[in-house]
Amino acid sequence: MSELVRIENLKVYYPIRTGFFNRVTDNIKAVDNISFTIESGQTYGLVGESGSGKTTIGKSLVGLEDPTSGKILFEGHEVTTNKQKKAINYNKDVQMVFQDSQSSLNPRKTIGEIIAEPLKNFGVPNVIGAGYDGERSFDQTKINERVLALLKIVGLPAQTVAQYPFQFSGGQRQRIGVARALATNPRLIVADEPVSALDLSVQAQVLNFMKKIQREYGISFLFISHDLGVVKYMTDNIAIMHNGRFVEMGTTNDIFNDAQHIYTKRLLSAIPSLDVSKRDEKRAYRKRIESEFTQNKDAYYQQDGLRDRAYDLEPITKTHYVALKKEGA
Amino acid sequence: MDGKLLEAKNVSVDFRIDGQYQTAIHKLNISIKHGEVVALVGESGSGKSTFAMSVMGLHNSDQTRVTGSIKLNDNELIGLSERQFDAYRGVSVGMIFQDPLSSLNPLMKIGDQIAEAITVHDKQSKKVKQRVQKLISDVGIVDVQRVSQQYPHELSGGMRQRVMIAIALANEPDLIIADEPTTALDATIQAQILDLIKEIQQKKNAGILLITHDLGVVAEMADTVTVMYAGQIVEQARVSDLFNHPKHPYTRSLLRADPSEVNSGDELYAIPGTVPALKDMDHSKDLFLKRVPWLDKAEVEATVDEKLQKVSDGHYVRGNAWQNFEFLEDL
Repeated sequence: MSELVRIENLKVYYPIRTGFFNRVTDNIKAVDNISFTIESGQTYGLVGESGSGKTTIGKSLVGLEDPTSGKILFEGHEVTTNKQKKAINYNKDVQMVFQDSQSSLNPRKTIGEIIAEPLKNFGVPNVIGAGYDGERSFDQTKINERVLALLKIVGLPAQTVAQYPFQFSGGQRQRIGVARALATNPRLIVADEPVSALDLSVQAQVLNFMKKIQREYGISFLFISHDLGVVKYMTDNIAIMHNGRFVEMGTTNDIFNDAQHIYTKRLLSAIPSLDVSKRDEKRAYRKRIESEFTQNKDAYYQQDGLRDRAYDLEPITKTHYVALKKEGA
Repeated sequence: MDGKLLEAKNVSVDFRIDGQYQTAIHKLNISIKHGEVVALVGESGSGKSTFAMSVMGLHNSDQTRVTGSIKLNDNELIGLSERQFDAYRGVSVGMIFQDPLSSLNPLMKIGDQIAEAITVHDKQSKKVKQRVQKLISDVGIVDVQRVSQQYPHELSGGMRQRVMIAIALANEPDLIIADEPTTALDATIQAQILDLIKEIQQKKNAGILLITHDLGVVAEMADTVTVMYAGQIVEQARVSDLFNHPKHPYTRSLLRADPSEVNSGDELYAIPGTVPALKDMDHSKDLFLKRVPWLDKAEVEATVDEKLQKVSDGHYVRGNAWQNFEFLEDL
């Protein structure tokens, strides 16, 4: 397994300006010193509540957000700034799928035009797959052929090209979004809550499909979600985020079977279980974790203004990192 | 108190679209006792919110036809005028909506909004201020004084939903309708709000109609469950029967599509196809069978008895298809 993306000490701060001179008086630390690695062909899960900064990390990766400091390395090349991204033609390698398929597809363009857009920008690769560094064709017939091939992969009929986004259901629109993301042969797809707006039956279609293209083409995913059931099913590694910091990081197994940080435990205890017989037991457990979370905060967080700030991550096994107070500190 | 709190019989709702009535709900039967949590489950477009709106009298009577009978404490609701509806809307029935930000008035302080829910029904009521403060603390808000002086935008999603619950509870309703009360909330907040609703329900012995598409929420909260598909009830059962012995192909498909219990190496069960459009809903058939491609045509097109079949005590299923139903990979 080889490393595809490495993020080192990433910080994204939003300045707060106050006073007559509009001076920067403080920063909102949306992402505060985050480091992690995405292996190629694997799925990395980012989990946290709304406002925890998980989307900001995703946006920094595709270039929709400028990091304040830190480094993003893609196959060893630095791609932190947009200039560096351009230099290695990085944007064709990293694509994004958004939560809201309704607002991320242009309502006035046909599906054919929507999927052709990245092909017009970056050209048609010779084959469909993950990553492609060879010749790319800008020939219109090639583009049309590729659009049809992509629609076939996502299971939509050929007549779709002439239709508009409003003519499709949420699940179909989400698959169109994936087809667009696939068009440039990316090595990494950042999927930001790709199924949270979908019904259960449709969600299964999209998740199966994402796994299928990963198996077939070896694409990596950064899977951003607050739904731990989905994350458990989809990911190989997970980081749990709270207030812009990682509180715990490890393999999916580490997180689900050996959670250490109180915040992770709290998230896990909040997953509704389908086992009706254990309902009261679960509620009692949840209450216990909740009160430990409020009473025992000092052991897990240091104060930073009004926000709780997690400690730095320390390894407890080769794969498993937790942000706990250091002994004697 | 063992009597029926809400009794809906043969409720159908038709919407007028381009001059023609299209059926959104077909002959729904559901009943709720005091102190009972009844979950109504289904995908978007199944008609679950449409039913809630008929109970609240929120349909536009020019465009909508509601037939059948809905009785609340033995009083018939169908056919009431707007003014007659006002007498119990918010009084004997309280409603919690999915999106608290768009259901709260952005220009009114929290305390005033809760007070309004009381005074609009009882202008002479005394001690409104004390009652408002009691309601705010009942829904688990510690900083009562400060919150009652704040505006909705100053509160987090979870806090706003608590305020919605306080308003729904303001007149001590017998029935609370919660329409996707936690769908917009984060997992930890969802758990808190569900626990709060459960706690209040047990304290006040209210009945709850819980509308959701989330089977996890159902398993945590409900006493009995009604599963809907395309405007029809496909299965009705006590919660343990539904999760341990699901019968109807739709219920079984939903449970199989849930990713939380599936190994990440296995494929999820994805229900093929989509929910039919309103005009394509032929309610003499079991509409879900269209989404089971391996069934033979005669079975899919068969006319189905309107009355649900009894499987066991309190467990009812639509049609006959469940008796021989197998998933394709198990055949």
